[in-house]
Amino acid sequence: MPPKKSLGAEYLKGLWDENPVFRQLLGMCPTLAVTNAVINGFAMGLATAFVLILSSLVVSSIKKLIPSQVRIATYIVIIASFVTIADRFLAAFFPPISKALGPYVPLIVVNCIILGRQEAFSSKNSIGRSLVDALGMSTGFILALLVLSSIRELLGAGTFLSYQVLGSWFKPWIIMILPAGAFITLGVLLGLAILIETKTKTRSS
Amino acid sequence: MDLLTIFVAAILVNNFVLYYFLGICPFLGVSKKIDAAFSMGMAVTFVMSLTAVVSWMINHWVLIPFGLDYLQIVSFILVIASLVQLVEMFIRKMSPPLYQALGIYLPLITTNCAIMGLALLAALKDYNFIQTVVFGVGSGLGFTLAIVLMAGIREQLDLADVPEPLKGAGIALIVAGIMALAFSGFSGMIK
Repeated sequence: MPPKKSLGAEYLKGLWDENPVFRQLLGMCPTLAVTNAVINGFAMGLATAFVLILSSLVVSSIKKLIPSQVRIATYIVIIASFVTIADRFLAAFFPPISKALGPYVPLIVVNCIILGRQEAFSSKNSIGRSLVDALGMSTGFILALLVLSSIRELLGAGTFLSYQVLGSWFKPWIIMILPAGAFITLGVLLGLAILIETKTKTRSS
Repeated sequence: MDLLTIFVAAILVNNFVLYYFLGICPFLGVSKKIDAAFSMGMAVTFVMSLTAVVSWMINHWVLIPFGLDYLQIVSFILVIASLVQLVEMFIRKMSPPLYQALGIYLPLITTNCAIMGLALLAALKDYNFIQTVVFGVGSGLGFTLAIVLMAGIREQLDLADVPEPLKGAGIALIVAGIMALAFSGFSGMIK
């Protein structure tokens, strides 16, 4: 086993080095689907964070009780239970957001970030470390959603959190709100992330 | 809505990959070679059609009559996981070459959001049994169409001079964006 990182490093790796969206290309479906407005992206990020953190807590605390043959099924049931809670909660308290996110809230259950963290991390690490790891991954995911949705809402509607930011001279780029805009923006951002990474690497070496 | 509309809409207009953003992981992961992309598309179509049938039966015969709709998420995902397992066992027995070709991607279909999305969308749209089946088959074919087209483009892209940082996923996403733009031209076909 590699030497253990400090808790701080465990948290920070989720923000950049192992950012789920930009570096690991996980959880692409919700990333693309709900980022047409900042509020939707943020709500999605929070819901995913809720599920990820609680699932990690549960999985890491009962990891010794789960037989390895049925571990994936067990993880899925745990995740599905928390997703149901999140889905019902949003539907009860924030009906407009729940409506805007549509089937993508229940789809958190198949978000590869969550299952991936359980399999790769929570099933092997202590409760505390799993919590820190889940917090870091969630923060990284929320950040990625915020970056993407800010760009798309700003260029696609000239607004930020539905406040008019750009003046009346600005003609909204309708394409940014459409599916095509999501793909292209994310593609360019991925390129940028790799560019930054290679630039910083060559500088440090 | 008549069946033809549902079918055409599922393949072209509301394409699972390019409109609903479902199944992006295999769409990016398995689209390097046309053959592999086609096998993946067929496997997904097959599982999708089965899922559509089984999830409809569970939803309408068990969950709704007993007022258990809130168990939808849990029961759908379990149905999908066991279906994929069954299909995997079946293919391994019946056609080992196909099993070899699909390799790791078969179990990954479980966490393919397109399958789960299909079950949820069909429940959300309140389709009857026949409509659900047509929707399932159409969506699967739509996924196949998108992934095969993508693989075709990416085979050509290997020869193109792509800027270094965009190589791989970056350019694939941009290509997908342009495809989505082209597919949005179909939206006039249905109201």
